[in-house]
Amino acid sequence: MTKEYKTIIEISGPLVFLEKTEPVGYGELVHINLPDGTSKRGQVLDTSADIVAVQVFEGTGGLNEEAGVVFAGETIKLPVARDMLGRILSGSGEPLDGGPRIVPEDRVDVNGASMNPYSRKPPEDFIQTGISTIDGTNTLVRGQKLPIFSGSGLPHNEIALQIARQAKVPGSTEDFAVVFAAMGITNEEAQYFMEDFEKTGALERAVVFLNLADDPAVERIITPRMALTAAEYLAYEHDMHVLVILTDITNYCEALRQMGAAREEVPGRRGYPGYMYTDLASLYERAGVIKGRKGSVTQFSILTMPGDDITHPIPDLSGYITEGQIVVSRELHRKGIYPPINVLPSLSRLMNSGIGDGKTRDDHKAVSDQMYAGYAEGRDLRGLVAIVGKEALSERDQRILEFADLFEDRFVRQGRDEDRSIEETLSVAWEILSEIPESLLTRIDNKYINKYHPAHKSN
Amino acid sequence: MKGEVYRVAGPVVTITGIKPKMYDVVHVGHEGLMGEVIRIEGAKATVQVYEDTSGIKPGEPVMNTGMSLSVELGPGLLESIYDGIQRPLKVLQEKMGDFIERGVTANGLDREKVWEFKPTVSGGDSVKGGETIGIVQETENIEHKIMVPPNVSGTVDEIRSGKFKVDETVCILTDGTEISLMQKWPVRKPRPVSSKFIPRRPLITGQRILDGLFPVAKGGTAAIPGPFGSGKTVTQQQLAKWSDTDIVVYIGCGERGNEMADVLNEFPELQDPKTGRPLMERTVLIANTSNMPVAAREASVYTGITIAEYYRDMGYDVSLMADSSSRWAEAMREISSRLEEMPGEEGYPAYLSARLSEFYERAGAVKSLSGEEGSITVIGAVSPPGGDFSEPVTQNTLRIVKVFWALDAKLAQRRHFPSINWLTSYSLYTQGLSDWFAENVAPDWVPLRDNAMDLLQQESELQEIVQLVGSDALPEDQQLILEICRMIREYFLQQNAFHPVDTYCPFDKQYKLLKAISKYSDMAQAALESGIPMKDILALESKDELAKVKFEEEFDSALNVVLDKMDKEFAALGGN
Repeated sequence: MTKEYKTIIEISGPLVFLEKTEPVGYGELVHINLPDGTSKRGQVLDTSADIVAVQVFEGTGGLNEEAGVVFAGETIKLPVARDMLGRILSGSGEPLDGGPRIVPEDRVDVNGASMNPYSRKPPEDFIQTGISTIDGTNTLVRGQKLPIFSGSGLPHNEIALQIARQAKVPGSTEDFAVVFAAMGITNEEAQYFMEDFEKTGALERAVVFLNLADDPAVERIITPRMALTAAEYLAYEHDMHVLVILTDITNYCEALRQMGAAREEVPGRRGYPGYMYTDLASLYERAGVIKGRKGSVTQFSILTMPGDDITHPIPDLSGYITEGQIVVSRELHRKGIYPPINVLPSLSRLMNSGIGDGKTRDDHKAVSDQMYAGYAEGRDLRGLVAIVGKEALSERDQRILEFADLFEDRFVRQGRDEDRSIEETLSVAWEILSEIPESLLTRIDNKYINKYHPAHKSN
Repeated sequence: MKGEVYRVAGPVVTITGIKPKMYDVVHVGHEGLMGEVIRIEGAKATVQVYEDTSGIKPGEPVMNTGMSLSVELGPGLLESIYDGIQRPLKVLQEKMGDFIERGVTANGLDREKVWEFKPTVSGGDSVKGGETIGIVQETENIEHKIMVPPNVSGTVDEIRSGKFKVDETVCILTDGTEISLMQKWPVRKPRPVSSKFIPRRPLITGQRILDGLFPVAKGGTAAIPGPFGSGKTVTQQQLAKWSDTDIVVYIGCGERGNEMADVLNEFPELQDPKTGRPLMERTVLIANTSNMPVAAREASVYTGITIAEYYRDMGYDVSLMADSSSRWAEAMREISSRLEEMPGEEGYPAYLSARLSEFYERAGAVKSLSGEEGSITVIGAVSPPGGDFSEPVTQNTLRIVKVFWALDAKLAQRRHFPSINWLTSYSLYTQGLSDWFAENVAPDWVPLRDNAMDLLQQESELQEIVQLVGSDALPEDQQLILEICRMIREYFLQQNAFHPVDTYCPFDKQYKLLKAISKYSDMAQAALESGIPMKDILALESKDELAKVKFEEEFDSALNVVLDKMDKEFAALGGN
């Protein structure tokens, strides 16, 4: 029989302090029983022979010294099963859809263990998302963690949904699943996601964890860990290819900062805790592929940059951990271009291992580099045109300027349901590249120009 | 002696009941998690634990080893892949599978492997610390010198030869001291040398912008700061692949797991351009990814540099890449904050600057205790938040290092790689290495390079005018400068790390490329002066063809074809 302690001496924000306990383990799960018969859950943050500090996930509202505290004797575990697919769970893993409790096949520590780098298989399987700016210029591969850096009011949710709908590995029929974790998003946004999942039938292949804006902030700290634990289980025990969508990482970091402040920690940049890099890494790094196992975990997180500022600590630290980023641009959005992805600050670090002959096409890298260079120069020229007028530009520069417009209009812009194959993406690319003189295509090997350039291809 | 756990808060554990020394290694809890004493306060001591502390309770036992954190040095280091505290990742995988569980210990060196030892001293010889007593062929090209530990000396009583495991005795001194193939050394203490001297030889990296414009000397220090996505890791990996040192130590400190997997996958397949052997045979990898315990990350750079010093003592040139030193500094910050120390700038501990300079100071060209000349070149990546170089880690690093390769996000965005900014980067070794370049590359290399730098400087000034009035408004000679600079940037500075030929560019090729651009420049200038219109000069085909010669496998012949054509085309333009 586990003991119930009634020795709470202090309650402060989400934290509860107790004294005179038996030795309690660091990170242990805690049940707190309120006098009115309800119960809350928490986790041990600091333990010593004298005082134990507990962080309460559901918030400390209604708690007082009368409450009884029970230590579970183990760290937080998530019951996992293949039957989780199709279920909607709360941010701390309780069923929300009125269905039965999940019959666990296993119970797994939500913090996960770090993958041995020696066991990792370098990701290299091309995932076709059907979006040209991703497939063509910032290619996603299985096992990658590629977040969307967006801002308030931008269509990042639509992009994420389009990717969830369209993502596939060409020519492969393996099992796939989506794990969706909402952290502090509004009910309306959550409904939007759920509706789309239901409409497209994606829900039966999905596990959904919902922590909404009015749910306790502390719970947000555990939500993504629950989701990733479920994802790892499906990937490594049931051989599925799992796409994890975490939204919104910014809310998660806010919760982290709130906890840090409650614990009176020395704050780092902009009040965020100094360990935020390590903490975020413990989420992002749970993407990957393991040698000799079939499944994979690919992460596609959404992060809204406060004030569209990419140097803000949240996008900044994320960018140092993730394998690139897809940046959604307010400027393109205002121009009415969907998806408003600005390729210049976007990057996929694993692109080179996922493209090329036998994966996508031999000319892929050269074409992508050429478009980047052309578009970057074209955008610079736009600044110049604003000052000196278009006429002052040389013939060459005018062509580059036009290329930038074509790039946005033909390559970036596409329909919300338009699922472009990689072949289609590359032909659009060649079409617009053929609008600039061949001598300017310095990044592309002559053999590819001869093979794919519309002017040569027809001969 | 046994103590017990008093308090657990994340990676920081307070213990009581034993009286350890500072930096003693202790084993915490029933599982014996490894940790290091970092503060002593009355009857309590604070320990940073290298593994996850979940579930550890107050009252669990603590064992003191009485030794500070040490690495095992001996044959078998090369080709190894370690975590931050020298546990071989391969062994960890065998012991606990694909995920790193805790409480597992593993020796840094394989105790079962047998090495052929050939003595080089005989009974009666007197030996002192650092002196070689015999040789083990560790890999095809590396002779591993078995040295007397630095703090030992005496007269050889018995010396053996034949096959030995690393912990078997091969030499006994008259005072009874036994010497085996392996020695241990505490990581936080630099290994002694007899003297240091000013580095005079360049580290050849095969990267044009590095070798050509901003060279680092063997034994020097360099920093690569840059925002995310600007190519730090690719540059570091290029250096690890192509540097002309005997040994490479690569520390992946708090970086991405998939990137380390890529290195682990690629290095065994790549060939050392100097020897033709797999690169892995000269490499020691230390991988402590961002989600591995933070205290082990803090230790990883010390583990790496100690291994580097050991090979330096044998007389080898060693290069050490630390990717990224910012993650190391953050680990210090995280632990300092858990200790509730008074923070300095941006929450970093006040001793940040001292730790960084102590670390970089372990680089250098040295004469070892036994008189061998060796060197350690340290190249540290820095990841400044928001790409802002005024932050404490970048600033404190720049005060120490002599070479600064500034990565630029703007260049990366337009796919100019390596995206090292040629205006803000610098090398303080250019002067000191001039003689070497004149002797070993070409007598006119230094003026050629200085001229290119001068042009690039002029370009940046001209660009400001172009921003206002457009390039057509410039006089023709200045337009020519812009064109020459474009050639320098695109033909010479840009280098494709993923292209099989271009990834490594020998110095001779660098020289010829720059020389060819300079030749065009001279001829174009002369043509311009003799009244030939600018647009005709710019329209020469040979100029555009020069762009692609760097990708040719038969570089010399391809270049000659283009140069011949250039001569003919200029001749055809006429003029006087």
